[in-house]
Amino acid sequence: MWKFTVRRIFVMIPQVILLSVIIFILAKMMPGDALSGLIDPNIDPATIEAKREALGLNNPWYVQYWDWIKNAVQGDLGQSFQFKMPVSEIIGQRLTNTFWLALLTLIITYLIAIPLGITSGRFNDTWGDRLITGYTYVGFGMPLFIFALVMLWIFGFKLGWFPSGGSVKPGLDPGSFEYIVSKFKHMLLPALSAALIATVGTVQYLRSEIIDIKQKDFIQTARAKGASESRVYNRHILRNSLLPIAAFFGYEITGLIGGSIFIENIFSYPGIGQLFLGSINIRDYTVVTSCVLLFGIAAILGSLLSDIILSIVDPRIRIK
Amino acid sequence: MSKELLKIENLKTSFRIKDDYYAAVDDVSLTVNKNELLAIVGESGCGKSALAFSIMGLHSRATIEGNILFKGKNIANLPPNDMNKFRGKDMGMIFQDPLTALNPLMIIGDQIGETLLLHNKNLSVNGRKVKVIELLKKVGIPRPEYTYNQFPHQLSGGMRQRVVIAMAIANNPELLIADEPTTALDVTIQSQILDLIKVLKEDSHAGIILITHDLGVVAEMADRVAVMYAGQIVEIADVYTIFENPLHPYTRSLLNSVPNSDETNSRLHVIQGVVPSLQNLPREGCRFSDRIPWVDSSFHEKNPVLHEVSPGHFVRCTCYKHFYFPHESKEEKQNVIS
Repeated sequence: MWKFTVRRIFVMIPQVILLSVIIFILAKMMPGDALSGLIDPNIDPATIEAKREALGLNNPWYVQYWDWIKNAVQGDLGQSFQFKMPVSEIIGQRLTNTFWLALLTLIITYLIAIPLGITSGRFNDTWGDRLITGYTYVGFGMPLFIFALVMLWIFGFKLGWFPSGGSVKPGLDPGSFEYIVSKFKHMLLPALSAALIATVGTVQYLRSEIIDIKQKDFIQTARAKGASESRVYNRHILRNSLLPIAAFFGYEITGLIGGSIFIENIFSYPGIGQLFLGSINIRDYTVVTSCVLLFGIAAILGSLLSDIILSIVDPRIRIK
Repeated sequence: MSKELLKIENLKTSFRIKDDYYAAVDDVSLTVNKNELLAIVGESGCGKSALAFSIMGLHSRATIEGNILFKGKNIANLPPNDMNKFRGKDMGMIFQDPLTALNPLMIIGDQIGETLLLHNKNLSVNGRKVKVIELLKKVGIPRPEYTYNQFPHQLSGGMRQRVVIAMAIANNPELLIADEPTTALDVTIQSQILDLIKVLKEDSHAGIILITHDLGVVAEMADRVAVMYAGQIVEIADVYTIFENPLHPYTRSLLNSVPNSDETNSRLHVIQGVVPSLQNLPREGCRFSDRIPWVDSSFHEKNPVLHEVSPGHFVRCTCYKHFYFPHESKEEKQNVIS
């Protein structure tokens, strides 16, 4: 198990390096550079050129890449043009917000997916199953940004049950109980909206997996031993059916990142997704590249996590 | 107590396809005695496995009519909870494909232990482990303590089949159903597994139903043989009679299809046509008639029934009296019969 995990982490290193190279090259290919936004038309072109030279913007790309990655590893992602602050500082604040939102979304996603998937798979082709499959079809067809808007309009605006923006009520002491409750309240509606849509894939997966496992020979073996139906489901079917769900976990995280961009903008929740879209709009390249790098690393970590989970639950994957 | 362990009366197992019911097992009656091995032979799709699953109550969506008397108690259509008191305890089943019959995520020890646990709640965890290791030894696993903690994918096919057998016999069942236990194994392993089943029978005096399509296996193992075709038993007799004096055209065709090493130059006999699918089964008349078209249709019965031609030897349909192989002359064969 440990060997497998360590080996799997080593495989991750070239992935991250490749990711950073691609992001850097893409960023370089975008028109303009760090100075274009700061240029005043009255400045002498020679001064700009001198500044370029001094900042190393005339160096070949691999030298520039090395400079960038060296600083990035040390936590220095550059200066934001929009906020006039170090990027790492801006991202740091928002990352915590996004992390908690994503965690809550994940928890709600699985809280919905597992019971629904089990019911639907175990009692397939009953009216309950049809109802659940109906919901998954609607969920697949419904774009997240429309669904989130509808949720916001109904629960945030019309009914007023939830706050409709921000991440915490202003004027509360960080760390106090009210502060935490307020944070949770602000996260609940965005998380619920994202989860209700994100969960449909998992429900469908679990359903078809259970229906598939139900017909496997070893299920008949278990019945032939005299195992009760509930034991057959809990001990034999469920554990085997959850394998692909664990494998799907990494993609779930990638999907969550994509979702966070919509969700955070619609609910004006100060997280990475909102920062990302805002920075694209005003061409704040240092922030954009940092966000993309962060998203990429999150996706790679997600797949690492699924592999580790899979290796724990599936003995066939463990490497000797 | 009679010797009769299992008595099946007019069993009919039907499956629903779209809106109609089709009988995969049709009017089957047979008995299995203690310490007896009954072989059920037939082509793929003739209802052998459907019969076995009916006995174990493992069909989830089939309609079962008729009686299955196990030690005098009718277990046909018993609710699963009542059935679970028998399954794994008094009746064990060995499955066809050991590669898929084991749960890939459970260690061998737990899988065998589950059979013990389900029928003996008082057994301690350690007692169970000792028992499982004993069972593994009994079925010929070389390193039982080591195998106890292994997962199915770490074992070969033959070893897995031994594990499946260990699960089936864990509680010393009185009836053992082996559904083509050697089909998925190669020949050397086949004979080992068959020897194991023989030894187990001698030890436990259990009644065994062995489902197979291998006539060699039948000759070696069986006390009695039931030949099935298209969901029905067409001939049933003790093993010597089946091989010495087969009567039903299907039994004779089957035996004739076995390659014979003495006649190196002759062509292999092949039964013409294919087994009709469940939906296309002829429901009237002799079901085998389509595959022996050279036999005049007037020789078949309208509603074939089993005739007792000699004590314990039953044959369905009277067409056996007029059957001959196309390459033989008609007279020659008829002389043999009369």
